Parts: sequence; C-alpha cells; structure tokens
Amino acid sequence: MYTFSNRLKIGSIILMILGAIGLGIGFVSAPSTVEEAKEMVAAQDDGHGGGHEAAASEHGEEVAHDASHDEHVFHQLQNRPWSALYVAAFFFFMIALGVLAFYAVQRASQAGWSPMLFRVMEGITAYLVPGGIAVFVILVLSVLHMNHMFPWMDADVVAHDKLLQNKAGYLNPTFFLIRAAIFLGGWILYREYSRKFSLAQDEADDNSNFKKNFRISAAFLVFYLISESIMSWDWIMSVDPHWFSTLFGWYVFASMFVSGITVIAMVSIYLKSKGYLPDVNDSHIHDLAKFMFGISIFWTYLWFGQFMLIWYANIPEEVTYFVTRIEDYKLPFFGMVAMNFVFPLLLLMNSDYKRVNWFVIMAGIVILAGHYLDVFNMIMPATVGDQWYIGIPEIGGILFFAGLFIFWVFRTLTKAPLQPKRNPYIEESRQFHY
Amino acid sequence: MASHYEAPIRKPLVLGDKGYHDVSVDIAAPVERRANKQWWIVFSIALAAFLWGIGCIVYTISTGIGTWGLNKTVGWAWDITNFVWWVGIGHAGTLISAVLLLFRQKWRMAINRSAEAMTIFSVIQAGLFPIIHMGRPWLGYWVLPIPNQFGSLWVNFNSPLLWDVFAISTYLSVSLVFWWTGLLPDFAMIRDRAVKPFQKKIYSLVSFGWTGRAKDWQRFEEVSLVLAGLATPLVLSVHTIVSFDFATSVIPGWHTTIFPPYFVAGAIFSGFAMVQTLLIIMRKVCRLEAYITVQHIELMNIVIMITGSIVGCAYITELFIAWYSGVEYEQYAFLNRATGPYWWSYLLMMSCNVLSPQIMWFKKIRTSIVVSFIISIVVNIGMWFERFVIIVTSLHRDYLPSSWTMFSPTFVDIGIFIGTIGFFFTLFLLYARTFPVIAQAEVKSILKSSGERYKKLRDAGQPLYQINKGANVTSSVTEAESTTDDDTGTEKVSSLLDTLGSFDATKETADDLKKVKGIGPQMEQTLNQIGIFTFAQVSRMTEKEYNLLDEITGSFPGRAQRDDWAGQANRLNNKD
Repeated sequence: MYTFSNRLKIGSIILMILGAIGLGIGFVSAPSTVEEAKEMVAAQDDGHGGGHEAAASEHGEEVAHDASHDEHVFHQLQNRPWSALYVAAFFFFMIALGVLAFYAVQRASQAGWSPMLFRVMEGITAYLVPGGIAVFVILVLSVLHMNHMFPWMDADVVAHDKLLQNKAGYLNPTFFLIRAAIFLGGWILYREYSRKFSLAQDEADDNSNFKKNFRISAAFLVFYLISESIMSWDWIMSVDPHWFSTLFGWYVFASMFVSGITVIAMVSIYLKSKGYLPDVNDSHIHDLAKFMFGISIFWTYLWFGQFMLIWYANIPEEVTYFVTRIEDYKLPFFGMVAMNFVFPLLLLMNSDYKRVNWFVIMAGIVILAGHYLDVFNMIMPATVGDQWYIGIPEIGGILFFAGLFIFWVFRTLTKAPLQPKRNPYIEESRQFHY
Repeated sequence: MASHYEAPIRKPLVLGDKGYHDVSVDIAAPVERRANKQWWIVFSIALAAFLWGIGCIVYTISTGIGTWGLNKTVGWAWDITNFVWWVGIGHAGTLISAVLLLFRQKWRMAINRSAEAMTIFSVIQAGLFPIIHMGRPWLGYWVLPIPNQFGSLWVNFNSPLLWDVFAISTYLSVSLVFWWTGLLPDFAMIRDRAVKPFQKKIYSLVSFGWTGRAKDWQRFEEVSLVLAGLATPLVLSVHTIVSFDFATSVIPGWHTTIFPPYFVAGAIFSGFAMVQTLLIIMRKVCRLEAYITVQHIELMNIVIMITGSIVGCAYITELFIAWYSGVEYEQYAFLNRATGPYWWSYLLMMSCNVLSPQIMWFKKIRTSIVVSFIISIVVNIGMWFERFVIIVTSLHRDYLPSSWTMFSPTFVDIGIFIGTIGFFFTLFLLYARTFPVIAQAEVKSILKSSGERYKKLRDAGQPLYQINKGANVTSSVTEAESTTDDDTGTEKVSSLLDTLGSFDATKETADDLKKVKGIGPQMEQTLNQIGIFTFAQVSRMTEKEYNLLDEITGSFPGRAQRDDWAGQANRLNNKD
C-alpha cells in the first residue's frame, strides 16, 4: 500500500498556493478599461525601445481604426489570465484523458506487459474528475461572458459575422455545454467503472470482472474516437471560429496520448524509486519509453501533415492560422517542434537509454513542456494574439494545476494496492522482459 | 523477445499435436508437392487476364491515352484509382510484418510471409500505373534527378508526384529486402530437405548459405527489428505521400488535412481485407489450418473492424468540416458525392466501408470463415470505390460549372485493371508453389509458448521434453552393431511395433496402404510382413520409426520421411 509522503503532499499544496497567487496576480493586473490597456501596451513598447510607437504615429489619422484596435488589444489583455488558466487546465486534463485512452487500449488489446502498471494509470485518470470539472467551469464562465476566449459566444460578434451565423447551429452556447457535459460524463463514467471492476478483480475468484472491463474498454474506445474529435473542435478549434482543419481532432489526440504516456512513465519511475513497484522492471520502462518515442514521431507526422498541406495549398482562409503563429509565435511554434520531435528522436532512439530511468524522466520533462507549448500555440494566438508572454499568470496556471494534479493523483494511489493481484495477464507482466 | 511464459488464458496459435518436425513438413509440403489441376486452371485464368492487360497497355502506349475514358476535366480516373488501390492493399503486408512485430504480436507469424508477398506483388501492380498513365512514358526517366546534357536540367522537388516516385521505389526495395531476409532460414530449410538436385541448387542459391549459427540468428533478429522500425514510418509515409497527390491541391474534396492518416487507415483496412481473402483460401488449399487458425481470422477481422471505424470517423469528420467550413465549394463537393450522378458509388463506398465491417462486433460473425471471406471482398470493393469517389467526383464538378462533365471508362481502362489483377494472381500463385508460405522459423519460435501440444502439456503439469530412453538406446545400439542377423532384425521390428501399435486381425481391417503416395504393392507387402496394416499405424511414424523402417527394409532410404507417409496416412485415416 502506498503512503502519500508528507514532502510530496506539502509540495503539491505549495504549488497550488503559489499557482493560485500567480493566477490571482494575472487577474488583478489585467486591464479593466480600454485606457488601462493602452497604457499597458505603451509601457511595454517603451520597454521594447518604442519602435512600435513611431510606426503608430504615422497612422495617427485613422482614429476610428485605432479605437477598434485599442478595444481589440484590451480584449486580448483581458483574455490573458483566462487563457493562461484555460491552457493549464486543459493541459493537465488532457494528460489524464490521454492516460485513460492508453489504459483502455491496453485492456482492449489484452496486453501482457502492462497490467503491472494498471494501478498507476488508474491513479492518474482519477484526475479526470477535478480536472474535468475545472475545464467545464471555465467553459461555463466563458459562456457567461466572463471572458472573450470564444468569439462565437459573443452575440454582438455573431450579429456582424455571416460565417459565424452559419455555424450557429453547432456553435451555440447551450449545445456546446451539453456536448461538453456528455463527453466528460462518458469519460468519467468509464473511468469509474473500469476502476471498480479492476479492484473487484483482485478479490474475485473468476475472471468475470476482467471480461467486463475488456468489454467496456472496447466500447469506451469507440466513444472516445468520436468524442475526442468533437471535443477538440469544440474546446480548441472554436477559439479560432473561422478556421477549420479536418485533421485537428487526431492531432490533439496525438498530443494528449504522448503526454499521457510520458506521465505514466514518470509516475512509475517515481514510485519504483521509492520501492512501491518492486515487480516493475526496466523492461516496462523501456516499453513506455518506446511509446514516448513512437508517439512523439506520430505527433510530428500529424503536425507536419496539417502544417504542410495548408502551407502548400496556401488558401487564404486556412493559411491565416499559421501566418499568425509564425509571425507572432515564431519561437514557441518552432521550438515546440524541436522539443516534441527532434529532442525525443535523438534521445530515445538508443535502446539502452530507454532503460535508464533518470534519462526517461529528463526526456519526459522536455516532452511535457513541449506539449504544454503545443496547447499554448493552439489557444493563445486566438485569444491574446501578439500580447502573449509566458509570465506570472501562465506559470501560475501551470503550478496550480500541477499541484492539483500531483495531489489528486497520489492521493488516489494510496487507496489501493499498487500492483494488481489476479489479473489473468499479471504473471506475464511480472515476468516481462524485453 | 518476450519470455516463454504465456498466460494460460491465451488461445493456442498452432493447433494440433505439432512438434518442430511437423511444422517443417507441413510448410514444405506445398513446395515439394506437384501442382494439382485446380492450380493450373486458376493459373491459366490469371495468366490470360495478365496477357490481356499487357495487350491493353501496349495498345494505350502505342495509340495514346485517348483510348482511355479520361477527358479534359477528369484527367485522373481509373489509372490513379487503381494505383492508390493497389498501393493501399500493399500496406497490410508491411503492417503485419513490421508494426505487429514492434507490438510483439505472435499471431502475425503465420501470416506475415504471405502478407509481405502480397505487398510486393501489389506494389508492382501499383508501380505500373504511374508509368502507363504518362502521355510519354518513354520519357519517364526524366523524373529522376540525373545529371544530363541539358545543362543539368533537374526535377522540381515540390511535386507530390515526384515524392511518389521516391516513396514507391523505396517502399518496394525495403519491403523486398525485409521479406527476403525473413526468407533465408526458410529457404535453407527447403534446401536441406530437397532431394532433386535442381531444387537443391535453386534453394541453395536463394538462401545465401544460411547455416543458422547463433551469431547469425542474433544479427538476423536485430536486422528484423531495425527494418521493422524503418518500415513502420515508411508505410505511414508512403501512403501519406500518395494522399498528398490530392491533399496538396486546391480542389474542393481533395484539399483536406485529414487525408494523410485517413488514407493510411484505409490502406490498412483494404490491405488486411486482401490478406483475409487470400489466406482463407490458402489455409484450405495448402492445408495450413493448424497454423492459420480461426483465431487468426478473427484477429484480422478485428483489425478490419477497427480501421473501418477509423475510416468511418474520418468520413464523418470530412462531412462535418465541409459543413462547418462554410466554404460553398466544399459543401457542394460533398452534396455532389451524396446526391450527384455518382451517388451510387458514394453509397457503395459508405455501405461497404463503414457499415459492413461493423458486423464484426459480433463474435459469431467474426469467427465465421464464410462471412469473413465475403466481408473481405466487400471491403476491397468499397475501398476501390472510395478512391474512385474521391478522385472522380471531386474532379468532374469543381469551381467552374462550365467545365462540369462526366466520366465513363473504356474497355481499355477496365482491361488494364483486370490485367493487373491477373498479374497479381499470377505472381501470387507462383509464390504459393515455390516459397515457404509460412515463416517456419518464426512459427517454431512460438511453438513452445503458444502451440496447442505444449500448452496442454503445461496445463497437465508435464515436462515439455520427454526423452524416450528405451527406444533411443536400442536403436543406437543396433546401429552401432550394424549387423543384419535375425535377432536384431526382430528386435527392430518389435521396437517399431511398440510405438506404432500392433495389428489385431480379429478386430481391425487392413487398409489399402497403396493409397499412400510412395507405397507401392511391393512396399505394402513388406510392411504387412513387418506387421503394419493400417493407416493409423503408419500415421504414428516419426523420424525414429522412419529410420528403423529404413534399416529393416534396406530399400529407398529416406523415402518414407520425404513423402511424409505419416501425414498422408493421418489424412487418409481421418477421411474414413
């Protein structure tokens, strides 16, 4: 039985407090009027040497345009703490959901190597409940016009936008929240039932719970295939409501899948280092690292597929998406490709390195940071535009949700023995060697 | 590789009481046997179709592309449809051998050889189309970046059609190397069993002097893993590049970002369906039911079901995004697919690809060989129409209504397609007669962990090895003496009958042993003298008994084993 070490518990609480303070500072320092926003931008420009100001004065006579521009910047600055909150909330939620998908795949495919890690995965997916609630609350607050992250939620904007009016049948607040509730409900339901059967299997004297788990895992994967796509259109793609890409759902999937697997590896290595997973050997870690490596490449494949096709055809209505990202987010946009592709490709190629635990942890940190940037790149250009910065609110968001994640996951891990007792494949998993 | 332990819950992958020798005999049998009449009939049909296809190709090239049904608007139709279809089919082979190897799926071992053969043969078919659909195929070599006397006139590396050249040629070469490497130990096995000098010569040549030393095996496995690791991204990238032919364009219905993974999913889908079609026949004809079991068929059905669902999800995504995009051209493209003049092909594609694999959710259906066979054909029809729908319906009505048109194929379009099918089966039929169609070395590597015989022994708590002391000692002793006096002769006969069982004329009836190929009237008499009268007795013969028999009779050494009397007798016995 795992006991939540006090140091880790206190650490996670400190993270949450620090994060909450950071987010608080973000919300307090966001401008509340257009004038404030103008001042903030001016102050920032001073810091940058005032080049922008000179350029702005040349267009001084376009007062009307300026006013709308100011208002735009005001909204962007107001969005910043919200986006920081949302990106971090979604990122950690996505990890739990990615782990859930991986877990369901392991169950449905009757993998022989992974049952030893089921409890770790179940512990991580426990975060679906608080994480899902956090994301859902943010979505509800968006619908209540607390922020301007989703332009299509603003009736004024829609009234002047023919394209958004056409999409209103799908992009309308009520339907949006109903979909979110159904998806979250479905995912959490599967997680809870699967956990229940998994624990019951330990005490049972037949395999009926195991079989039930197999069946619901297969059913979940079908639900997940559909719901994950729609979720990504709803929660992420619709922050750029004019833009569309058919690949988007699968691209987001790759991102969450690789982050999830990375976290499984990291948590397993941590628990193993504390002596709680005596039967987990380097071969298990090797397999997880192989998945980190492979899915990283798969993510890059989808990233490139989406980017290259839009770049190649250069159709104006699509290409703006990447134009803004390359112009305003050059470093995060290409830095993410380096972190998510080049780095794992070179580091995790060697099979000896995949068995070195600290090496996997280091690679995992870079992969996670890279996929945080990925989500950042998906949300921020639409919500804060060129007013982005990775500052106190963004780091605050990460710290807060990281603290919550650690706290919740490790608290769940204390609730059941860390190694399943009588899964039909447990002996294969125990003897697993590669 | 994974250890020898296997969870008892896993079903056996090799059925029946098979030991290592039985695997060799069963797999070598189709190669060592002569072709029967049915084979020649099917082969002639395939060859005729192939020759007809060649005729069509020659006609096209000598007369011009105008012999096809293409027009100024629809510049690509059956040619590229068939190209993508064949490339897609080819993907399952690499998938089975590479991806399933990476995922340590033991069940791939009975099907990977044939799946890879299928890859190679279908990529060859696919490779024809990029050449023959050219207006001037004799200038085809201009697609290669070769220094030349035109002031080093170069190719433009921006075209997906050029990427296709690299993708397909790399794919074919890597698949070929991967396949051949895996064949080395199996060719060596056939070589070592061969008795005809010509056969021996050929198989020594193609097995590259494989001797199966520990070092060789170690390197062999490493090479397989590295090639699998390379072939997996290759398989994804090849069909991705094929999908780029369409997705990089600006044609509504073609320009969509989901094409790369969706084409790959479709390729796995259709490829597995083709493997299913071929293997269901092959297991029957080559009598490999013990290796390609219903479980294999079921697992392939599951892959077909999963990829079919992914393809279905992609169809729905495309439809949704077409509506969501608000782009009228895009919306019309999909409206046209569903309700335009080619609605029937769209309906066929949807029902064959999305609906039909969904019945595989029922275990009864996915374990039924007949239904699997039908569905596997239905899927390939559907996947042909998928490519047809994507290509033709997007082209025949796009931006300018004044250039809207229709497409209908000519007999030359159809003839070439039939020709490629004929060519494919010609190659595959030849393969099935000359190659070990199952990777015996790999099957033997899982025999102890997943063979039914060993699983039963393990369940019963018995040791997997049993050294039969008495018989072995006597036979080696008698060999050492190498005398032919009566005493040792009767000793041999009695030790032979010990294992084969004696014949009791009051209860049993003697079988006509002449039915066994290799047993003539004289040999039957000899066997009767020894005390062997029934198929059941003959079927119990193993290597040891064969040797004993050879010593007793002193005629045709090795004959009985070569002809696999035991296997033949077993089948005859079961027939009664």
